[in-house]
Amino acid sequence: MSIEIDHLSFSYRGSKTKVLDDITLSLPRGSFTGLVGPSGCGKTTLARCLNGLIPHFYPGEMTGNVIINEWNTIDYAAYELAQKVGLVFQNPENQLVAPNVEREIAFGPENLGVPRQEIRRRVEELIRNIRLEEIRDKAPFELSGGEQQRVAIAATLALQPEILVLDEPTSNLDPLSAFELLQLLHRLNREKLLTIILIEHRLELVAPLAQELVVLDEGRVIAKGPTREVLMEEKVAEVGVAIPKVVQLAKKLNRPHLIQACPLSVESAVKAILEELKR
Amino acid sequence: MILFDDVWFSYTPNHPVLREISIEISPGEVVALMGENGAGKTTLVKHINGLLKPSRGTVFIDGVDTRSTSTAALARKVGFVFQNADHQLFADTIEGEVAFALRNLGFPSDEVQERVSQYLERFDLARYKEQSPFLLSGGERKRLALASVLCVEPTILILDEPTQAQDAKQKLKLAQLVDSFRRSDSIILLVTHDVEFAVQVVDRLLLLSKGCLLADGAPRQVLGNPDLLRRARLLPPQLTQLAHKLADKVPTFPRDIIALEEAVTATSKLLAKR
Repeated sequence: MSIEIDHLSFSYRGSKTKVLDDITLSLPRGSFTGLVGPSGCGKTTLARCLNGLIPHFYPGEMTGNVIINEWNTIDYAAYELAQKVGLVFQNPENQLVAPNVEREIAFGPENLGVPRQEIRRRVEELIRNIRLEEIRDKAPFELSGGEQQRVAIAATLALQPEILVLDEPTSNLDPLSAFELLQLLHRLNREKLLTIILIEHRLELVAPLAQELVVLDEGRVIAKGPTREVLMEEKVAEVGVAIPKVVQLAKKLNRPHLIQACPLSVESAVKAILEELKR
Repeated sequence: MILFDDVWFSYTPNHPVLREISIEISPGEVVALMGENGAGKTTLVKHINGLLKPSRGTVFIDGVDTRSTSTAALARKVGFVFQNADHQLFADTIEGEVAFALRNLGFPSDEVQERVSQYLERFDLARYKEQSPFLLSGGERKRLALASVLCVEPTILILDEPTQAQDAKQKLKLAQLVDSFRRSDSIILLVTHDVEFAVQVVDRLLLLSKGCLLADGAPRQVLGNPDLLRRARLLPPQLTQLAHKLADKVPTFPRDIIALEEAVTATSKLLAKR
């Protein structure tokens, strides 16, 4: 399922600022894109445009179009779009509603009238996949921030969307849990061809996984393309995107082969340095 | 000064969330509290401003037992910025949000005005001052929460996940802010998962896992111990990971690297040798 964003601009009611300013992007089916940029640059607003929360829920002025696989988001209700585009919020507390984890996962499909058997199957599969066995009977308020985040993701996946948009999903997670969560997203992307758009400040986590990066600043796209190329652009660091330490190291060492290799993970940096040593 | 003397805490009987916690933090220290999700970090810091009282043991703030004082009295001393800014923001305007605590504590109105503009400026929020806090982005709301607590100038500042949703520029500002505190006689306690930020700003690192204090020491010492970190579900800083992996192949390569400059120096040296 592809996403076509065409000259999209938006300002919230009560504010004159264009939070999104003439954005044009094309994200193919099965792609894994990192959406990055300084705090307040419009990342969350763009995410809200992808599942129809804008313009259907948040009042404001929108121009341009967002086309999800030939559906213009203006013409479809938020509940219809929710079956195609799942959005995991920045703050999981804002989307958890049910008395326990199992019911939370079942909540979305129940609302859409999915048959009982099928709901049961999806719930069990997600509890297994996202490793929620130990907390399945707990209430969302009994869970830690990280656990809540995993439950929110499971509940979103229960609608079987083809596009998953995640707004800083690892911000409440300890580093190992964050790493595991991104491995899970990577697996869903590869095995289920789920199109993933990941908003994330911790670029050291995103860089090894995302094929493409889109960088926003003040509501505009200032860079986009393959992750390696984007990370090497000076202006990306200048707007306040945290370039991973291994990339900074490669830049500082200033050796053509290392820069060309542009290691995105610790493993590839070690490999590139050892190769440079043999050269 | 913060003193935890053999503190235990349980929300429900027989399920201790904190066990045998003994810590002493002196004025001027910048300390990070790290550990896995559910380790008890937030529960621990809530003992400092008296939101929670220990089930066993004692917490002393500047020599006073938190059981014998009120949360209101502690609020003048202890500033607490929550993990989720939405839990503390409520005013109609951004200005009003910052002014609230100042007015409440009886500051004269010109002083309130002065501090409000000073702190909005400092946190890069001045241009929004008449807007509703809820029109701000997640990262901006986080900064507003920080401004509204800092303007009271507490002597103990607790920041629960302050770098969450912050970009590199804002993190740098936050690091500078922590530095300005370091020079005063205040205490800063950061609850964080952000290893890279912690190594940059703190003098001391407390590692909490499953309610127990696993380590208490200099960041370099604690973060250089991968087994300890794994138990608290932390990963070493990226460059420490790199140093360990390189040292496995090239034994002369130093393992205890945490900062970029150190990695650049060591790697340049390695590559120059050949």
